[in-house]
Amino acid sequence: MTRETWINAALALGLLAVPLWAWVADEPFTITLATKVAILALAGVGLNIALGLGGLVSLGHAAFFGLGGYAMGILAAHAQNYTPLMEWPLVVEGTKSMPVIWLVAVIVSALTALLIGALSLRTSGVYFIMITLAFGQMLYYFAISWPAYGGEDGLSIYVRNGFPGLNTLDPIQFFAICYVLLILALAFSARLARSPFGLALNAARQSPQRVETVGISPYRLRLLAFVISGAITGLAGALFADLNRFVSPSMFSWQTSGEIMVFIILGGTARLFGPVAGAALFIFLEQALGGLSEYWHVHLGLLLLAVVLFARGGIIGTLAGQGARND
Amino acid sequence: MTEPVLSIRNITKMFGALAASDNVSLDLMPGEIHALIGPNGAGKSTLIQQISGGLTPDAGSVHFLGRDVTGLDTVARARLGLGRTFQISALAMEDTVLQNAMLGALGAKGRPFSILRPIMRDKGLRQVAEAALDRMGLSTHHNTVTGELSHGQRRQLEVAVALTLSPRAFLMDEPMAGLGTSGTHDLTAILSNLRHEAPILLVEHDMDAVFALADRISVLDYGRIIATGTVDEIRAHPDVRRAYLGEET
Repeated sequence: MTRETWINAALALGLLAVPLWAWVADEPFTITLATKVAILALAGVGLNIALGLGGLVSLGHAAFFGLGGYAMGILAAHAQNYTPLMEWPLVVEGTKSMPVIWLVAVIVSALTALLIGALSLRTSGVYFIMITLAFGQMLYYFAISWPAYGGEDGLSIYVRNGFPGLNTLDPIQFFAICYVLLILALAFSARLARSPFGLALNAARQSPQRVETVGISPYRLRLLAFVISGAITGLAGALFADLNRFVSPSMFSWQTSGEIMVFIILGGTARLFGPVAGAALFIFLEQALGGLSEYWHVHLGLLLLAVVLFARGGIIGTLAGQGARND
Repeated sequence: MTEPVLSIRNITKMFGALAASDNVSLDLMPGEIHALIGPNGAGKSTLIQQISGGLTPDAGSVHFLGRDVTGLDTVARARLGLGRTFQISALAMEDTVLQNAMLGALGAKGRPFSILRPIMRDKGLRQVAEAALDRMGLSTHHNTVTGELSHGQRRQLEVAVALTLSPRAFLMDEPMAGLGTSGTHDLTAILSNLRHEAPILLVEHDMDAVFALADRISVLDYGRIIATGTVDEIRAHPDVRRAYLGEET
């Protein structure tokens, strides 16, 4: 096992141990924090496929995070008000079932990513960043100006959605759901990186002409990466909304996109567990520094600057060194 | 009479008022090494790009294996069997040597959009990649990170990746550039054998290598082909001596 594998294992176990300890010690707030870490890390795992493996600096991933959130909010709001989602051409009811909501969140995010990706991947560099940002902001203002689903105030869901066989209102059980999904996404991401697609995508980031010359279209590789990436971030959005039992346009804001990117940069770009380490540190700092000062983001900014200047591999890169990222 | 594998007909490409390619016609016949020489700025790179698909000519056509490929992009031409190597190594520098070769095998023979099975365990692709690396003398460097290779080894890897494609024609942009004497000697021997698998259109500055390898030579100057012929014909050609060789002899 390489050093990075050990660090990954420690992170995975640590994220499991903290809420278990909190459960025994009866500290539900800590469990909620751990759940938040798992969900935000999941959003980061999504973005890391585009950003780390594909080199696609998307500043619009809040679009997918928000779509996942609103997929949950809209379906659950209709279910709790006993109003159908639509009546024509066929009657579609809302739902309070998590698996159904996840499926909808993933499909909606994937389709939107296909559309946004198809248009924005025709550009690159700073233009790509700006176009993804613009799409995210478009959805943000759309959400604000759509009164049917709360507009600027957002949408409250009174009871957390259900999962067969589990009591999702119990913090530790809801944590378990989020944790399992995170681990599954990490396993998928690791497999993806080693797959033919992962090799080609990674090569397209380093040398697009090379990939073209062997007869593979970099555009198509990136588009598929963007779709997979958006779908995973969308799933995280649905969970995040369920954690808070609340969705608001702020999930679509560019600050959200920035935060997801910060997890990755803090943790280590293209490192499998980078988003986990980054999200954990982010939430820890938010709690530790947020108590001291309302302006804790200043300290976060300084830390981010330090990471970018002195520790390009982020937390994982600094601890594990330059290991083979995929053999 | 045999058909040319690659046939360039009356290609013109203007950059503003400058004709980078001026009514260029060129054939690559089966089994031959056709060298393209010319001074710096003669339009060799522009011509190569129009053949590989990176640039579209303003006029004229490119036929490959009897098919008009003028409107096709780089990816489509590569899939038809055009194996290109780059003047400045365009390799995935963070990946290992074997991974770079696997990428070639994947593009030519694999399924690049498969996300399930680990590619390095694909025996079929691995055989193709390893065979190509063996031929280029890189068999002891499978797990070396490409960025750590010497300049000469990168040139070898460039050719190895092209080999994994089993192309119908090679398009080689200065494969000898920056190689030492022994490196040039080794690569000359390899390319000489390669012509029987697929013909090579060779852009090269190293005149010794060109004269040793080429069956035919075309000389490009100011975007025009000023002469095409055998090694002896080119050596004796007065315009060529004046435009190009004169400076070196």
